[in-house]
Amino acid sequence: MREITLQRFAIALVIAGIVMTLLPLMVGTYTLTLLLVYGMLAMSLGLIWGFGGILCFGQAAFFGLGAYAYAIAAINFGESTVPMIIAVLVPAAFAAVLGGMMFYGRLGDVYLGVITLVVTLIFFKFMNSTAGPEYVIGTARLGGFNGIPGYQTLNVPGLPEQYIYGDSLYYVTFIALFVVYWLVNWVLQSPFGRVAVAIRENEQRASLMGYDIRARKTVLFAVGGAIAGLAGAFYANWAEIVTPGLFSLGQSAEIIIWCIVGGLGTRLGPILGAAGLAYLKFKLGQQMLIDNAVITGIILVLFVLFLPKGLVPAIEKIWRLSVGRKRGRRPARSRRGRAASHG
Amino acid sequence: MAETVLETVNLTMRFGGVTACDNVDFSLKARELRCLIGPNGAGKTTFFKCLTGLLTPTEGQVIMRGEETTNWDTHVIASEGVGIKTQVPNVLDGVSVQENIWLAARRFCSSADASRKTEEVIDRLSLSTIATSEVGRLAHGERQRVELGIVAAGDPWLVLLDEPAAGMTSDDVEQMIEIIHDMTKTAAVIIVEHDMQFIRSVATEVTVFHQGRILMEDHVDTVMSDPTVRNVYLGKKA
Ligand SMILES: Nc1ncnc2c1ncn2[C@@H]1O[C@H](COP(=O)(O)OP(=O)(O)OP(=O)(O)O)[C@@H](O)[C@H]1O
Ligand SMILES: [Mg+2]
Repeated sequence: MREITLQRFAIALVIAGIVMTLLPLMVGTYTLTLLLVYGMLAMSLGLIWGFGGILCFGQAAFFGLGAYAYAIAAINFGESTVPMIIAVLVPAAFAAVLGGMMFYGRLGDVYLGVITLVVTLIFFKFMNSTAGPEYVIGTARLGGFNGIPGYQTLNVPGLPEQYIYGDSLYYVTFIALFVVYWLVNWVLQSPFGRVAVAIRENEQRASLMGYDIRARKTVLFAVGGAIAGLAGAFYANWAEIVTPGLFSLGQSAEIIIWCIVGGLGTRLGPILGAAGLAYLKFKLGQQMLIDNAVITGIILVLFVLFLPKGLVPAIEKIWRLSVGRKRGRRPARSRRGRAASHG
Repeated sequence: MAETVLETVNLTMRFGGVTACDNVDFSLKARELRCLIGPNGAGKTTFFKCLTGLLTPTEGQVIMRGEETTNWDTHVIASEGVGIKTQVPNVLDGVSVQENIWLAARRFCSSADASRKTEEVIDRLSLSTIATSEVGRLAHGERQRVELGIVAAGDPWLVLLDEPAAGMTSDDVEQMIEIIHDMTKTAAVIIVEHDMQFIRSVATEVTVFHQGRILMEDHVDTVMSDPTVRNVYLGKKA
């Protein structure tokens, strides 16, 4: 069992290495870094929604919170290592408190969606209204709708003069995404992750098995917040400015669409959905003919109608069908014997 | 004489104007097998829900092994070793049979022990041919058996079965009876059933519910020949 995991890890490492080296030959690293950031953000929602059944309409709140936490901490501390940690801890703590209130309050799924949406809106409104000089944290002014520019960006730990930007930022972000991906993998294979799937499948049965679903959902929600926060921190380093636009509802909606298109309940799907759709948006942004949002909308509708499970499950199915045929087996039968919790 | 492991005192559950359980005083001894019968709407399922914390009773107490559990959360009661098969099939549809049982076992032991326990339960409940199948794709009877496996995996001392034989073939039922007898070696079992033949084949002691109250409690033969019971229950069915 452990050997298989090691072997899979080695294969994934090699593939990731190849992809990491090849991508910059096709797309600029500046664009790629953003795609990776979005991939990480999508993974955070993919984890809590796809495997924990928690549909959060406000994942952008943790993303924005991570970005702001980084910017504010970086202005105050100068060096980037502590700010990176703070950018993970602050959204995680906030998610733990918010999640705790929602789950222990036994809110239904719809209310959960509404509350996370409203929280995002509150952040958006609040950050927009912090233009005045009274809104400072340490030496950092929040800056209202202008946001916060001019903070220390990512540096080699301990060496504030050694900036990580451009191509290096791309490589560091890629490695970070890979590490987080494997951590998520590890969580999903652990008993904690398997119980999370049980809760997604049937909350009542999970608690009749003896699991405290409120506590477990709170922890999972906090983990999702932490990953979104890390994505926000990398975003802050990429953009070199953070603005209230990070908390926009459009951003929250996009994360949900990335997950649906990529494949909910799969581990790679949300990342691919995010990178694919964000790249498309970037390409479409260069022309004026059709509006971006319309295209995203059309893609979503097409997927919901024709590939409701998303891209990755569809590819898996095609793969299985072709392999099944080669082996002269009836594909329908091979499907039946499949343990379907992991994608 | 075995000790009393489950007791309810004046247990009452009201839904607005409906009193689903009305001052129920019930008690059960260790490893006892009891059948609960009564017409539709008598309050049997509600009674089970009050015992497992799925509902908080309006009044009265639930006492398990000497401890009052009336307001305990479902997962705490379950962790104490109370297993239930609900009336509506209640399984994890999106994952395999194995995973369902492993998750139930894992609550009480390490991952390795849970895997061992899973194999054992799969073997005991003859689930090996469907062990890797997704539960949502299985037939009704198979799903019922999986749910029984989930219950068995937790090694409970109290087992509640709400209409376990409903919609099953006679072969399935026979196997079910065997499994239930097996369970009574280590657990007290309460079974809600409508099927009289089934009741005769598993239980000696029967409790009759009627309009939220215990109407009668006696040996199965006495209960069956009682004119009041025949009137409220059998009379209606025939
Ligand atoms: N959540 C609820 N809200 C309101 N009324 C309820 C609720 N649950 C049960 N009842 C009512 O309580 C009464 C008892 O229902 P219960 O399901 O416990 O009966 P039962 O004995 O299990 O019946 P059956 O044999 O049909 O399963 C019924 O009148 C039912 O309509
Ligand atoms: Mg019932």
